Amino acid sequence: MANSGHAAHEGHDDHHGAPKSFWQRWVVTTNHKDIGTLYLIFAGVMFFVGGLMALVIRAELFQPGLQFVDPMFFNSMTTMHALAMIFGAVMPAWVGLANWMIPLQVGAPDMALPRMNNFSFWIMPFAFTLLLSTLFTGSGAPAGGWTLYPPLSLQGGDSFPMAIFAIHMMGASSIMGAINVIVTIMNMRAPGMTLLRMPLFCWTWLITAYLLILVMPVLAGAVTMLLTDHFFGTSFFSAAGGGDPVMYQHIFWFFGHPEVYILILPAFGVVSEIIPAFSRKPLFGYESMVYASASIGFLSFIVWAHHMFTVGMPLAGQLFFMLTTMLIAVPTGVKVFNWSATMWKGSLSFEPPMLFAVAFLFLFTIGGFSGLMLSIVPADFQYQDSYFVVAHFHYVLVPGAIFAIMAGIYYWLPKWSGHMYNMSLAKWHFWLSTIFVNVLFFPQHFLGLAGMPRRIPDYSVQFADWNMVSSIGAFGFGLSQLLMPYLVWQCVRGGAAAKAKAWEGARGLEWEVPSPAPYHTWETAPDEATIIHASPTGH
Amino acid sequence: MLRKPGSLSAVAAFVAALAAPAAHADWALNMPRGVTTMSQQIYSLHMTIFWWCVAIAVFVFGWMITSLVKFRHSQGAVPDTQMLHSTKAEVIWTIIPVVILVILAIPAARTLIHLEDASGTQLTVKITGYQWKWQYEYLDKGVSYFSTLSRDSDAARQLQSGVDPKTIPDYLLSVDNPLVVPVGTKIRLLLTSQDVIHAWWVPDLAVKKDAIPGFVNEAWFEVQADKPGTYRGQCAELCGRDHGFMPIVVVAKTPAEFEAWLKTQQQASLPAAPNAG
Repeated sequence: MANSGHAAHEGHDDHHGAPKSFWQRWVVTTNHKDIGTLYLIFAGVMFFVGGLMALVIRAELFQPGLQFVDPMFFNSMTTMHALAMIFGAVMPAWVGLANWMIPLQVGAPDMALPRMNNFSFWIMPFAFTLLLSTLFTGSGAPAGGWTLYPPLSLQGGDSFPMAIFAIHMMGASSIMGAINVIVTIMNMRAPGMTLLRMPLFCWTWLITAYLLILVMPVLAGAVTMLLTDHFFGTSFFSAAGGGDPVMYQHIFWFFGHPEVYILILPAFGVVSEIIPAFSRKPLFGYESMVYASASIGFLSFIVWAHHMFTVGMPLAGQLFFMLTTMLIAVPTGVKVFNWSATMWKGSLSFEPPMLFAVAFLFLFTIGGFSGLMLSIVPADFQYQDSYFVVAHFHYVLVPGAIFAIMAGIYYWLPKWSGHMYNMSLAKWHFWLSTIFVNVLFFPQHFLGLAGMPRRIPDYSVQFADWNMVSSIGAFGFGLSQLLMPYLVWQCVRGGAAAKAKAWEGARGLEWEVPSPAPYHTWETAPDEATIIHASPTGH
Repeated sequence: MLRKPGSLSAVAAFVAALAAPAAHADWALNMPRGVTTMSQQIYSLHMTIFWWCVAIAVFVFGWMITSLVKFRHSQGAVPDTQMLHSTKAEVIWTIIPVVILVILAIPAARTLIHLEDASGTQLTVKITGYQWKWQYEYLDKGVSYFSTLSRDSDAARQLQSGVDPKTIPDYLLSVDNPLVVPVGTKIRLLLTSQDVIHAWWVPDLAVKKDAIPGFVNEAWFEVQADKPGTYRGQCAELCGRDHGFMPIVVVAKTPAEFEAWLKTQQQASLPAAPNAG
């Protein structure tokens, strides 16, 4: 039903192609593939915008003393870097991949709500134009940290309401995207595509979508209370009026912790498809992977206060949040063991998607270890708000979430473009990224343990050495990323033709349609034999 | 795989060459053991969990690396496509992590309970955070003063000041008036703030606690009797423009020296009292 409206023009005997006019194809489009492409391009642009901000930070931190920027602008950079990377790069990249792949993987002709899909994408450029334009207001961009803790965030000037409206818009877009994913997976699966025959990317995205719907309104509520505190004389977060600034932190992290799983759960899905494909062996423990993902989703709602152990909580509260946080190691461990068991007795080859997935496995696990260390409250008192935390969350987000996004792009690019890409260039991209990401973030563990707080523009000379190493890594990593857009551009323009099944060991319905995927796919649902043949477990 | 160590050591050599003239060159890797009764416990907790992580890493990474080396398509490895799941393996790798977590949780909880027990303190200092300085108030002693970044650091930290930070002693970690405390004494800190949230952190004391406007937080420490000295830290919660420039310096003296210091402070503040009133 959903896409029969615009399918009425032209003949039905062949796959109807994409609309010719730019406006029709890229602006008012309701096609899940084009919207997916738009999301991915947007995410790529924001990745470089956020990356540029990171390089401003690392340039200033290259040596002690203030060389380039005012401390206030430095604070704006840390704040905007986080907002651009989380809401502008990683989340839209996942929504883009979901748009492209979920209908193909569940045998649906499109997303369930195509017009809303278009709307949820087009909110994003406006939201980020609003957010980035705060850089040009008299008082500068928001500088109170991406967490917008009051009372500090309330000291912001014109940028403060602008940032909050931008966050509202991003939240609305995310909620619409999440509704679309849930409705598509729940209602649009081809007959015979049972839930336990779905690829893990669909499963982890389904859980992610529920998390999004549950927590985005909480964020919206928290920032709206900031707004009324600032402009309408309420005092939700001001002790002088009977409020409590720590309450904001509780509300924020009730959103914020599920948010970090929103960023990483789809990564688990992508890696769970790539590792079996290049091990030429089905995923080990498919069902336990599904249950582990669901447990992680559930646990994400009862651990939030581990972000704020130093605010002074009752002992019982600290013990509760320490124990629940430690518990997350169990389902996460199950996942890592299942991936390891998938490679065991496989037949492994190391094409670019597999390289990124293997790096994910090692480096995300390192981020998991530092996460476990951070859960131990007495030790956390030493780690909290130090560079150790910075190292921890960058390990799970950069060689974690972002490497998984890159793995997914290298995995599905032949399906999208119909061409194979330059393998040796992609391998250069991989090796440079992997080396530099460690040069960049590993020394930050040492800095944090030695006592360097995060979000400072200048530091004592005892921290100079590792900061210099870290900055060299940052510039190396940043420059290496320029290879990827060049490679994608090259691949879209031409190259060796990709087979329908671009990778020998790949499984999933997306490999049952030609490469490039026709503009409209699965207008006739796949039959059950095809579904079973393509399912992760083969039955 | 060969490229990685080569390029890492090249980078390290390059950096070492750059940093060679610096006398301070601290390639510090780990947390300080600290000088308080609790800091030693926290350090050993940190090391315990670190070594557990190393052990798990050796096992997991060893398993992965074995697969990467042994089961290569290019070496003609044949996949075992019937290996779909194993309830036994899954139970084992759920139970063992739980056991490890319990082993870790017990000392962690014990240390935490000890850390939260602020009874029996002998001296109370009220600490108030301001943008961007600290105020120390010795309750019932009539001594109170502000502590701000020392002037030479402040001059050197201005944008493009032209002053080499390496020439400034304890750059960004020195203040005009440090907090002075006696060793071997359990000291209670009451933390609050006048404006935004700050956090008082001295790694050697293993104390980090938020100073929150409108609320009073409590923390305590006891410097070991044989560890008088100067210990430095910084504000740990983003508090605006000069968040990086409100350091903390604690000078721990012997009780006798502390009493003498307290007396001079009290005398110094007495004549000023009528004016202040």
